[in-house]
Parts: sequence; structure tokens; C-alpha cells
Amino acid sequence: MSAPTLHAATPAEEVAFYVTEEEHAHSGASTMLGFWIYLMSDCLIFAVLFACYGVYGRSYAAGPSGADLFDLPLVALNTAMLLFSSITYGFAMLEMERNRKGMTLLWLAVTGLFGAAFIYFELYEFAHLIAEGAGPQRSAFLSSFFTLVGTHGLHVTVGLVWLVTLMVQVANRGLGEDNKRRLMCLSLFWHFLDVIWIGVFSFVYLMGVLQ
Amino acid sequence: MSSNPDFWSFVFGRLSWESFPLHEPILVITFIAVALGGAAMLGAMTYFRVWPYLWREWLTSVDHKRIGIMYIVLALIMLLRGFADALMMRAQQAIAFGGSEGYLPPHHYDQIFTAHGVIMIFFVAMPLVTGLMNFVVPLQIGARDVAFPFLNNFSFWMTVSGAVIVMMSLFVGEFAQTGWLAYPPLSGLAGSPGVGVDYYIWALQVAGIGTLLSGVNLIATIVKMRAPGMTMMKLPVFTWTSLCTNVLIVASFPVLTAVLVLLSLDRYVGTNFFTNDLGGNPMMYVNLIWIWGHPEVYILILPAFGVFSEVVSTFCSKRLFGYTSMVYATVVITILSYLVWLHHFFTMGSGASVNSFFGITTMIISIPTGAKIFNWLFTMFRGRIRYEVPMLWTVGFMVTFVIGGMTGVMLAVPPADFQLHNSLFLIAHFHNVIIGGVVFGMFAGISYWFPKAFGFKLDPFWGKMSFWFWLIGFWVAFMPIYVLGLMGVTRRVNHFDDPSLQIWFVIAAFGAVLIACGIACFLIQLVVSFLRREQLRDLTGDPWGGRTLEWSTSSPPPVYNFAFTPVIHDHDAWWDMKQRGYTRPLHGFRPIHMPKNTGTGIILAGLSIAFAFGMIWYMWWLAALSFAAMIVISIGHTFNYHRDFFIPAEVVDRTEKSRTALMAGE
Repeated sequence: MSAPTLHAATPAEEVAFYVTEEEHAHSGASTMLGFWIYLMSDCLIFAVLFACYGVYGRSYAAGPSGADLFDLPLVALNTAMLLFSSITYGFAMLEMERNRKGMTLLWLAVTGLFGAAFIYFELYEFAHLIAEGAGPQRSAFLSSFFTLVGTHGLHVTVGLVWLVTLMVQVANRGLGEDNKRRLMCLSLFWHFLDVIWIGVFSFVYLMGVLQ
Repeated sequence: MSSNPDFWSFVFGRLSWESFPLHEPILVITFIAVALGGAAMLGAMTYFRVWPYLWREWLTSVDHKRIGIMYIVLALIMLLRGFADALMMRAQQAIAFGGSEGYLPPHHYDQIFTAHGVIMIFFVAMPLVTGLMNFVVPLQIGARDVAFPFLNNFSFWMTVSGAVIVMMSLFVGEFAQTGWLAYPPLSGLAGSPGVGVDYYIWALQVAGIGTLLSGVNLIATIVKMRAPGMTMMKLPVFTWTSLCTNVLIVASFPVLTAVLVLLSLDRYVGTNFFTNDLGGNPMMYVNLIWIWGHPEVYILILPAFGVFSEVVSTFCSKRLFGYTSMVYATVVITILSYLVWLHHFFTMGSGASVNSFFGITTMIISIPTGAKIFNWLFTMFRGRIRYEVPMLWTVGFMVTFVIGGMTGVMLAVPPADFQLHNSLFLIAHFHNVIIGGVVFGMFAGISYWFPKAFGFKLDPFWGKMSFWFWLIGFWVAFMPIYVLGLMGVTRRVNHFDDPSLQIWFVIAAFGAVLIACGIACFLIQLVVSFLRREQLRDLTGDPWGGRTLEWSTSSPPPVYNFAFTPVIHDHDAWWDMKQRGYTRPLHGFRPIHMPKNTGTGIILAGLSIAFAFGMIWYMWWLAALSFAAMIVISIGHTFNYHRDFFIPAEVVDRTEKSRTALMAGE
């Protein structure tokens, strides 16, 4: 903000009532704050789904429980995919800071591959459960399990679409101010999903197997 | 038709000729009237060639002032629909006694009370509040627009889409018969196999996205875009209440979204969240929806409190008494509104300790609210009170709302609530606070800021008529409802056997007619004010002797709001400027950076209607197609990097010169 220029204030003290010089092109100045607020609202959606899982997590309705169903090695592999994708997204951001477009795109592509692998394993797990007769209709436990994990998966899928879009935009227009801001937003989103997944992994899978 | 039933059911889902309510004369006549009226209006608009103007200047506008006005227009249109429902219910209950069945069978009556609640809350009260906030907040903080102007336009159109989806249910299919919160198991697939609940779900989901995004938008605006010098404790009170309201929106609407998703999963996929078997639990829904629902009532009332604060200090020509305590009271209400949701279902049976906790937190809310009432009273004390229309609404509010607040405290006592739960006493209570608080507040706000929006005041005679009809109408309509509630009459009943109750319902129906006169007077007021606009013209930009920044600019404000960004030294910034002899800058203007209009918002919102329609009627191809189109258009929109432009300094100069000429009376 430039120094206020004095204009009015005839009586007594000299007071500025308006600024004549303004900072220009501040579109996007509020984007990070706005995106944080949006993320927190998204976090509340997950909070509701976690709460539901907390309430329904033992309502098996004489059906299978987590201990019967969860395949921890598969989930561990899946978790590794998502955590790796977060690291590689971090690398992409570092390259972005250095204004190296090619390397940024490369790391984004690697991130996308890890993310796609995560979705693949998750769909595999879902298909397997449904084939065993443990679909979301079987019990309230499974309803809340599929909804919580599936909502996370849906978010990752949206993140993937967004990632591809941004890759095209970075390829076309380079690492301008707008694109950097967008990459930063997706970065927040991507790491946020990681944090949620750690909650899912511990709260749903590990505790589910513990009984 | 029957040559290939699979094909037709693929195309039309469960939509068939039976879906159109051709056997209901009330609906057929309404439809014909709406169709003729709509066709006449569209024809006139085409004849006078207003479409290009409308599209360019309003529908695609990202100007917060125009979006705010459009929100309020939407609210007023939906008020007519919601109030028509109210009149129908009052008429039915006044005549359906003993042998008379009335004219509304339960199937129809149940849809009407559901639609009345949904429309009044989501499509009247919410757009009124959001519209006022949109219009006023950037002006009060000395900003040129909101933080995300495109998002603002998109939010508005999503709200409109939600309203359109509700209105469609009137003529295609049916609406929910579950009450405005659609409790399962009644709202589950087994209890409500028709399309009614699906209309309900998708209308709220679509409108809810708009509300959430506009909440994010206004928080970012208030936090990031305040004029220099405007610290948080110099924020005008209306902006403070708006900030708290938007925090509540962002912190509660995701819960509504999530719980409606769960209900849709139960209905569409066959999950067991809220069913009575396979481990489901309907009370989970009731908890979750009230975790949204209770903050929602504060989302509505806080901006109304803000309006009253502005109005009281303006029309008493005094600083608001206890500004700081007003701010803290608002924040405390914001927080407490999250800790009371269970008082909506003390009868769930969660035990004495839980009920006591929620009963006590509920009673505590009356403390900051009471502090506010005293602040307004002390502001009036020894003030030079001018009883203009906005001030009348404010005084009417104080008298009415205090009674509503006290019946609220009665309901907060769990043992009393066990008697009053689900009775008409509850109905009278929440109409008392919503009409006496929110509606009066919004009418105060509309009559207060109308000259700012359009450049002329509203006609005071018809304004006063409207006020008195509303005030007296409210008391006549709802005091009998309190009495009936205390006698144990329950809500949502379309026929009574006990003839001794009838007189109370007749009085209530008469009260509803008085309120109808109030609405009519308001509409007449709009027309009369428009016709007399030259006599009512406001050239100063400050018709009431205002205190906050919005009165420092012209009425209506230029697109850019302020030629120069103001600098603030006091929370009554404009009053302070006037006291210190502020003079309007007349030269040295700079180009002003503004966002460009875009049609993406209205297109996306239109597609969301198609998507919802496809989901409601099981026309999966339509849902998939319109969803894909929404994704493609959203992504396409991000490829547009040129979203702003500069208003050249000469244009600003010309605009400001013409205002100078007007103020000089040329």
C-alpha cells in the first residue's frame, strides 16, 4: 500500500480521507485465503463422514466386520502411493519456484501416476469387497466405510482431473503468476487429501482390524 | 408408445403422463395462470428487446450491487409463492372441522407445508440476507467488489436453480410430503417412493453450493478487502454480523451437503445410514441436520441484527451504544449457535445430562441477545429519533422479537419442551422470531438501502401501511397459534374434530389475510415509488444522514463504488468524514481495475437444473450428459486468463463530473 496522499481536511488536523495511489491488479490476492476457507469447509464434510463411521463402525448387522474384510498389505501399498504422490508434488512445487517448467511438468506427471495408481488399488479393493457380498448395502458399517473412503477417492479423482488441466495450462502458458497460484491451490488440496487419508488409514483400517 | 417400453423408460426414466397433476384443478389453474403470465412477460421482453440489455448488464454481471439486487428480486418472487402456501394452509385449517374435509387432501396439504418451509427459509430468507450482504458489505468496507466476482455470479445462479427446481415440482410430479427437514425413515425410499423427496434433495444441494461459495466469498472480502485504516473494531456492525453469518455458513452448510448426500445414497444406492434395519439409525440424520439447522437460524438473524444496529444509530443520529459489546455479543452468539442443536429433539431421549447441557446452552444465548436489545434501547435513549419506515420496522422488531425470544427460553427447558414439542406453540415461536426478527429486519434493510440502490426513496405512506399490516397481521395470526399450542394441538394436521378449536384458526386465518395486505402494500409501494421517483429522488447520496461509508458515494453508486479508495479513522467512517469537513475529490482520477462480466455462471447453473432433473426422474443419460457438460465448461472457463479490465480515467472523470452537476442541482 502506497502512502496515503493528503487532500481534504480543511479544519484542525490534516487527515487523509482517501488514497490516490493504489496497488494494481490485485485480482487473486484473496485466492489463497478463499481456498483455505473452502478446504476447511471440505474438511467438515469429512468430519461428518468420520462421525458417521464412528457411530456406525460397529453396526455390522450380522455381516462381515473390518477384521474379516480389510487387506492391510494392499492398504499399505495404497497409502504408500498417495504419500509418494505428495512428495513428488512437493518436488514439482520446488521446481516451480525455480521457474523450471519442464521439470515441474515432469514431477506433476509422476504425481498424477501415483494418484492414478492409488485410485486403481482403491477401485480394486471396492470391486473385491462387492464381489464378496460386502457392498455398501450390506450393513451400516459398510455404508459408512464405502462413503468415507469413496468420498476421499472421489476427491483424489477430481484432483487428477485438475492436475491434468493445470499441466496443459502450464505447458501452454508457462509458469506465470496465475498458473503459480493455481499450482499452489492444487498443492494445498493434494496435501489436504493426504492428511485425510492418514485419518482414514488409522481410524478406519488399523482400528478396524484391531477390533 | 408401448412398442419398446425399455427404450422409453430409458429416455424418460420414471416420468410419464401420470406425473403431470392434471387431476388437481388448483394446480392446473395455477399452471395456466403462470404459463399465460410468463408467456406475456417473455413476449413483452422480446418485443421491447430487453434481452440483450438484460444479458449484458444483469444476468452476466459480476457487479456485487446488481447481484445483490437480483438476490432480493428472487426472494420477493419466492415470497409470493411461499406466502400463497401459507394462505392455503390457513384457509384449510380454518374450515376443515368435523364433517368438513376442507379443500386440501392430506397428500396435497403435506406438500404445501413442506414447500412453505423450504421456500421461506432457503429461497426467501436466505436470498434476502445474502442479497443485502452482497449489496452492502463491499460498500461499507470501501471495496470495489467482492473478492471473487465470478464466483458471486455463479453462487447467485445456483440459488436461482434451486428455486427453479422447487417450482418445477409444482407442475411436474410432486414435492416432498415430509416436512421441511425431511426426517427419515419417512423420507427414505420405503416411506417416500415418489419424486418429492428427490426434488427436495436436489433443490437444496444445488442452492447449497451457491450459499457455501458465497459464504467463502464474503469472508475473504471482509478479511482481505477492507479500506486502509478499517481495523476489525472499526468495521460497521452490519459488516461484523455479515462476517459472523458467513463464518456460520461455511461452518454449517457442508454438514447439510453431507447429510443430504447420505440421504440420497440411502435412496439411490440402497445404503443403510438412516434405515431402521441393517444397523441404520434415523436419529443420526436428525442430529446431523440440526447441526446445520440451528446455526442456520443464526445465519438468518445475525444480519437482521446488523440492519437494526445501522438503522437505530442512523435514525437516532447517535453513535451506536456499546459498539464493542455488540461485536462480542455477535461473536458469542456465533459460537453458542453450535452448541445447542439438540434442543430441537429433547424428546429423542438422550438422558437428563445431555438434555440439561443443551437446555442451558440454549438459555445462555438469550444473554448476548438481551445485551443487543439493551444496546439498541440505550442508543435510542435521548437520541433524536426519526420514525421513518426503517425505524418503525426496528421498533416493531424489538417489541415482537422479545416475546419470541421468551417463548424460546420456555422451549429450552427440557421438561416444558416434552409438553410443547411438535405442538403449534413451537410453530408460533419460530414464526415469531423469523417474522418478527428476520422479515422485519430485511424490510427495514430494504427500505433503508433502497435509495442507495436505485437513487430514490421508497414512498413512506405505503411503507407505513405495509409495516402496520405486517405487524398487526403477525400478532393476529400467531397469538391464536400460541394458544392452540398450549392446548396441545400438534403441527402438520389438515383436519380437526374438536369444534371448539375452530375460532382460533379463523382468527389466525384473518391475521394471515392482514399480512397478505402488508405484502400487497409493499408491492404497491414499489410501484408508487417508481412512479413518484422524481419527487423521491436522492441526489446527495446520503438521504438519511447516514454514518457508514456506503452513504459517501452517489445513489446509485457508480460501477466502481468509490473513485478513490477511502481511508478510515472511525467506525462511523462517513459521519467522521462529515464532521471533519470532508470534500469530494473532483479531479486527479486514475483508471480503475474491475472484473469483466461472464456468462459461465448462468450456463453452469442452467446445466445443474438439467442434471437435477435427470437425477430426480431417473433419466440417467440426461444427468450424465449435463454433468459432463458442467465439467467441460468449468474447465474451459479456467482457460480464460483475461478476466479484468480498466475503466479509463476519463470515464471516471465524466461520471464524477455528472454527479457534481447533479448535486449542484443542474
